[in-house]
Amino acid sequence: MYRIAKKVSLNPTVTLMEIEAPLIAKKAKPGQFIILRVDEEGERIPLTVAGYDREAGWVRIIFQIVGATTEKLNHKEEGEYIQDFVGPLGVPTHVEGLKKVCVIGGGVGCAIALPIAQELHSLGCEVTSIIGFRNKDLVILEDEFRACSDNFTLMTDDGSYGKQGNVTMPLKEILEAGERFDEVIAIGPLVMMKFVTLTTKEYDQKTVVSMNPIMVDGTGMCGGCRLTVGGQTKFACVDGPDFDGFEVDFDEAMSRANSYAKFERKAHSDACNLFKKEVE
Amino acid sequence: MPNMRATKNPMPAQDPNVRNKNFDEVTLGYTEEMALDEAQRCLNCKHKPCVSGCPVNIDIPSFIAKCAEGDFEGAYQVITKSSSLPAVCGRVCPQESQCEGKCVRGIKGEPVAIGRLERFVADWHNAHATVATIMPPPNGHKIAVIGSGPAGLTCAGDLAKFGYDVTIYEALHLAGGVLVYGIPEFRLPKAIVQKEVDNLKALGVKVETNMVIGRVLTIEELQNEYGYEAIFIGTGAGLPRFMNIPGENLKGVYSANEFLTRSNLMKAYRDDSTTPIQHAKNVAVVGGGNVAMDAARTAKRLGAENVYIVYRRGMEELPARKEEIEHAEEEGIIFKTLTNPVEIIPTDVTDPRDPDFGWAKEMKCVEMELGEPDASGRRRPIVKENSEFVLPMDCIIMALGTSPNPLLKATTPGLDTKKWGEIIADDNGLTSIEGVYAGGDAVTGAATVILAMGAGKTAAKAIDEYIQNK
Repeated sequence: MYRIAKKVSLNPTVTLMEIEAPLIAKKAKPGQFIILRVDEEGERIPLTVAGYDREAGWVRIIFQIVGATTEKLNHKEEGEYIQDFVGPLGVPTHVEGLKKVCVIGGGVGCAIALPIAQELHSLGCEVTSIIGFRNKDLVILEDEFRACSDNFTLMTDDGSYGKQGNVTMPLKEILEAGERFDEVIAIGPLVMMKFVTLTTKEYDQKTVVSMNPIMVDGTGMCGGCRLTVGGQTKFACVDGPDFDGFEVDFDEAMSRANSYAKFERKAHSDACNLFKKEVE
Repeated sequence: MPNMRATKNPMPAQDPNVRNKNFDEVTLGYTEEMALDEAQRCLNCKHKPCVSGCPVNIDIPSFIAKCAEGDFEGAYQVITKSSSLPAVCGRVCPQESQCEGKCVRGIKGEPVAIGRLERFVADWHNAHATVATIMPPPNGHKIAVIGSGPAGLTCAGDLAKFGYDVTIYEALHLAGGVLVYGIPEFRLPKAIVQKEVDNLKALGVKVETNMVIGRVLTIEELQNEYGYEAIFIGTGAGLPRFMNIPGENLKGVYSANEFLTRSNLMKAYRDDSTTPIQHAKNVAVVGGGNVAMDAARTAKRLGAENVYIVYRRGMEELPARKEEIEHAEEEGIIFKTLTNPVEIIPTDVTDPRDPDFGWAKEMKCVEMELGEPDASGRRRPIVKENSEFVLPMDCIIMALGTSPNPLLKATTPGLDTKKWGEIIADDNGLTSIEGVYAGGDAVTGAATVILAMGAGKTAAKAIDEYIQNK
């Protein structure tokens, strides 16, 4: 059992938790992920590490409430326990030797992009951050990003905060102006990562994306997380989760991501009804 | 005077048309009367050919003799000297190619039902035994075992009996390895595996779940910081193989590992499970081993109308246990042998936002014929020209074997492996690193439960000698 040391609601649909897991906190690196089960009957879900404190022994996760499991997780309070928490899994994001990087975060993907931006910043790399959200109410981690970025741009789809538009607009402007980076690192919804790579490809700007497909075990056993990368099948859990954005078959990844959409919608509404009953 | 009837006592089983709709154990086990009768068929041969067929050398005639006397606990004690998991092996061993394959009674009839007797004795013990586990005196040495499948459980059990302080590190949330994530409930009830794990705990073995060694702790840290004097690697063969044919990443295409893990470990077959699984109409399982049979029979139980085993060689060449093939046939699994898939064809939907987009719809196959024997001695399957045909199929499960998990290799400097990632170990299980041993599928590639147990046993003995001579 793993204790929830801290819980903060970042916006109505996104929650931050710090989970006591000293061994994982000691080893975790930006870009890696964990797998958790909320309770004895729960499913295993992967969440990318959003931070850690090696001394205090906690690992931070930031999750969007999208399905039955994240709904159940969000009903756990500070001081309560979750059943299983395993990691760190996957290959850490490659940061060594990078001097100039553009970090792009979309929505809850910003939670994963932040520790990478922070790590790069601490290594003396020049960091340009572009983060995007649907609207003002969904903005998270703005101050944290500002603190580790040399250049910072915030976008909202509806213009209710920052600049209006999506993250590819300022990216295109920068690239069009002749700016180049050692890498663009993009983390967010699949459709965002797809369009970021379509944009960077025009300028032959190397781009790394972080994939978060459906997983069961997360240790290289089930093959459920497979993706086509450069025409070959790769397992996100052991070969990734980071891949060369130009090589990833995003359309296939988007299709596979909704394999259980019907089941998940039903499970989520069942979970919500259950919680409603508990309240009554 | 032995019972000279030519046939085995048949195994009582659930009716095929009932059991192919539930997940309860298929075979029900012998009654005491059946066990007594079957045990009397053993000739108690002096040269004991059956023992040489057993990878862990159980003294089979002795346990059967005890059984024939009605001393079932005595029989259990004979088995347990050589095997740590009799209730498991009695159910999943390929007896026809091991002990029973060597039985003299098999020459002019059916061999003695050694596997069924082993299962009976183990179940009898689990139901009746009252003897408390005797904790061996501790010898003060710490050993780590990585992986809690058959190799790891056996190695840990033997070392604990020698008096070692053993800790098992398991990556998943539950101990048992392939016995819990791979083999279905209807073939090996999970309560039996749990009982074996509990027995180990009673011997003082500690089990740490959620520990992915290589990531959270390295082998080097286990040796240097945690003070383990020897380590046994029993991480199994995890990485599923695919065919590399078009359409393999469509929705509806699973590895057998994923399909079975969802159903077995995560209980996706139950209505109250939060882990989803596809309930398909037409299912093809590609492959002919035990895992293929397990996946096919699971798909049938999940409500599929037509379930096919698609295998490129013939019925004779199917590598699965005979009993599994028979059970699958009885349950209505359709065998399409001498058939090989070449492409998986998606639905006609072109709009990616449509929920029906990107799903498997049909499988294109070719017919095969058998040519000259290849290096393995099996006749090589060759494609028949112009034999392409298409089957409607909304779920395809690839059961083509697995490669060892690459994680330890990638995180352990100095650990030598073969080309496909199998850890190199000598006859005693010793790897290229002093004090680090390995066994089971991690060394051999995908094989059987009993071979993994044999390797765990050998390594436990070698580890004991290593520590004693240090």
